Amino acid sequence: MAALGIATSGGNWFSALALGVTLLKCLLIPTYHSTDFEVHRNWLAITHSLPVSQWYYEETSEWTLDYPPFFAWFEYALSHVAKYFDQEMLNVHNLNYASSKTLLFQRFSVIFTDILFVYAVHECCKCIDGKKAGKELTEKPKFILSVLLLWNFGLLIVDHIHFQYNGFLMGLMLLSIARLFQKRHMEGALLFAVLLHFKHIYLYVAPAYGIYLLRSYCFTANKPEPAASSLFPTLPFQAGPLPCILGSKLLGFVQCFGQSAVCHRLLSVGKAGDASIFLILTTTGHYSLFPLLFTAPELPIKILLMLLFTIYSISSLKTLFRKEKPLFNWMETFYLLGLGPLEVFCEFVFPFTSWKLKYSFLPLLLTSAYCAVGITYAWFRLYVSVLTDPPVSKTKKQ
Amino acid sequence: MKLRDTGKKSLLIYQSNNGILTAVITIYYIGDWIIHLLQLIIVFYVHMLLIADLLIYIPAVVLYCFCLKEMSTKKKVANALCILLYPGLILIDYGHFQYNSVSLGFALWGVLGVSCHWDLLGSLAFCLAINYKQMELYHSLPFFCFLLGKCLKKGLKGKGFVLFIKLACTVVASFVLCWLPFVTEKEQTLQVLRRLFPVDRGLFEDKVANIWCSLSVFLKIKNILPHHMQIKISFCFTFLSLLPACIKLILQPSPKGFRYTLVTCALSFFLFSFQVHEKSILLVSLPVCLVLSEIPFMSTWFLLVSTFSMLPLLLKDDLLMPTIVTVMAFFIACATSFSIFEKTSEEHLQLKSFSISVRKYLPCFTFLPRVIQCLFLMSVITMVLLTLMTVTLDPPQKFPDLFSVLVCFVSCLKFLFFLVYFNIIIMWDSKSRRNQKKTD
Repeated sequence: MAALGIATSGGNWFSALALGVTLLKCLLIPTYHSTDFEVHRNWLAITHSLPVSQWYYEETSEWTLDYPPFFAWFEYALSHVAKYFDQEMLNVHNLNYASSKTLLFQRFSVIFTDILFVYAVHECCKCIDGKKAGKELTEKPKFILSVLLLWNFGLLIVDHIHFQYNGFLMGLMLLSIARLFQKRHMEGALLFAVLLHFKHIYLYVAPAYGIYLLRSYCFTANKPEPAASSLFPTLPFQAGPLPCILGSKLLGFVQCFGQSAVCHRLLSVGKAGDASIFLILTTTGHYSLFPLLFTAPELPIKILLMLLFTIYSISSLKTLFRKEKPLFNWMETFYLLGLGPLEVFCEFVFPFTSWKLKYSFLPLLLTSAYCAVGITYAWFRLYVSVLTDPPVSKTKKQ
Repeated sequence: MKLRDTGKKSLLIYQSNNGILTAVITIYYIGDWIIHLLQLIIVFYVHMLLIADLLIYIPAVVLYCFCLKEMSTKKKVANALCILLYPGLILIDYGHFQYNSVSLGFALWGVLGVSCHWDLLGSLAFCLAINYKQMELYHSLPFFCFLLGKCLKKGLKGKGFVLFIKLACTVVASFVLCWLPFVTEKEQTLQVLRRLFPVDRGLFEDKVANIWCSLSVFLKIKNILPHHMQIKISFCFTFLSLLPACIKLILQPSPKGFRYTLVTCALSFFLFSFQVHEKSILLVSLPVCLVLSEIPFMSTWFLLVSTFSMLPLLLKDDLLMPTIVTVMAFFIACATSFSIFEKTSEEHLQLKSFSISVRKYLPCFTFLPRVIQCLFLMSVITMVLLTLMTVTLDPPQKFPDLFSVLVCFVSCLKFLFFLVYFNIIIMWDSKSRRNQKKTD
């Protein structure tokens, strides 16, 4: 009884957060899932039933294997567990097969692989300097970062409703970032290389990694290459990948790791300006995900979860940076508040107008355009912030 | 979705080419709007429950927690969170689909009112609760005894009498308002009463964790005793078991005594009354939630058992995953907020005065906390095992209801233990009058 007492006493808030979000993910099992569910079922079937030489040629389903080989091996490993749930899902010709056991297996596989993400968040928290924090647990940067990452709204609805495997991939990326912070450059580089072989979309941040590793590992000031070192200005790592990530956002949907990288920077460097960039990026990024969940039963879930996350992130960061200037100016406030009327129009007004038949793309267009403004603005401000930051001295690093 | 898109495209092509068929297109528009409206209405009908919760139950819980004394704000918030996370109410209301939170919310407003000396408002709220769901009558005796005790304390010849008259008028007026459309004819009133109290349906229906259902495993009472005898015996047992606590409440009215008497009365009704449904355990769970901050270990244990007792119903409704998730969330929230495993001493269990009394005759009576801890462990193990068995195994053909009966039987034994425990707290409470003022 005493051991149980120690285990459950208020000491281990991180486990409570991780366990709590896992329980929430279990509740999301019966919700709507997109065609990505069938995509992954098909890949399980392909990797299980066919020889390796056929994996990238198989065309029975329209959802052909188009991720790098490590992901294919990952699906192959999963398929060996899947056969104990429902053998029929591993048949390549069973298109759109979605029995209850298949659903259970696929959902649990996402929840289970999120363990890597939880571990990575834990490692990231270690890199944060909590000295300037208040005594209250809820005001500590580690706590705030953990909540913003573990309970990230975007990750929840994309991974656990829409259905994807971004959790463990984000975990790999966060882990490699954490290793770079901890000066374990080789491990960080290896983890990033592994990540690229899971999902090639992470090529977007490869330039930042490359330049940072060159500057902080290959051509440091200690090593006798003064000419080379002067070519690469000192860049704090936190700033490095962000413009790349946000630049890529202009080209495609990658805000999840954009947010986590910005989040990490802001909580380790600690400027109110970064907080407002993070909040604008997060809120508009999350809102841009709304068209992914268009079914009626998921409407209250997505609105309530987003409101909860947004209200928490604004209030916690406001408390953390209360001694500095206000987070948003009037223009930014109006922009963010404008998301409310936009949502009301797209979900409740537009479907009952006569435009619906002729201009059915209108809500999507308005959402994308409105969010693009916010994200571009965040990218621009971040670039300015990175370029105007004073160079980080070696002794200041955590 | 694909068919609709194809239909839309072909209609548009036809329209641009022909310009006729406007009537067909208009019908298509209207149909599309109706489908979308229906979808939203269905979703929001289900979410009307959330709105009712937000308006009635949740504010009552939050206000109750914030009126608690000698607690930091953080503890109050944690307390409110634990009460709101009680799995039984969430699963029955949102899973099985009922509106229990409305009646429980009104009853809670009633408790708040009479505890904070707003007796008239409290009585009005409780009358609304009773007239919303007649099951709330399980709480009526404690309300009556507490208010009567207050009147007696103020003096029957002075302020007490005035208060009594005011309360009587409030209750009569609220009942008249609710029943007005149904008292125009005597026959209609009687029919309403017959529907509310279906005594013809027998001592119990289906499997429920009370005495009569558990006894019927060994002795078929329904077949042995005639119907009117069953009613009389049930009546006697119910009132005999709740009488001591009620008399104590009349003689020594206090908010703390009131809360515990709510528990014992509701539990007596649940265990011994007529035509009890398994969902009636929610009426016991609500007052137990109110004493969560005072005896966190025992309250958490009780609330887990109460959810477990409804397992057959929850499984019938396909709620296994939500049950597991909500029970785990509730357990973790209580364990971390109240450090329940560190609060198993005699004092934390409010059994100190009882143990001192027993030690006068039995000096070696120091093992009570240990016994209770063992019982808790055994209880959790049986609950987990029975759940696993019910979910994974098929019952033998001779006894198709074996697992449901086992669940009810085991839960009934635990409820009897809790009935004795809560009665002990009430009866030995007078020994610690100094502490009484602190927790009122």
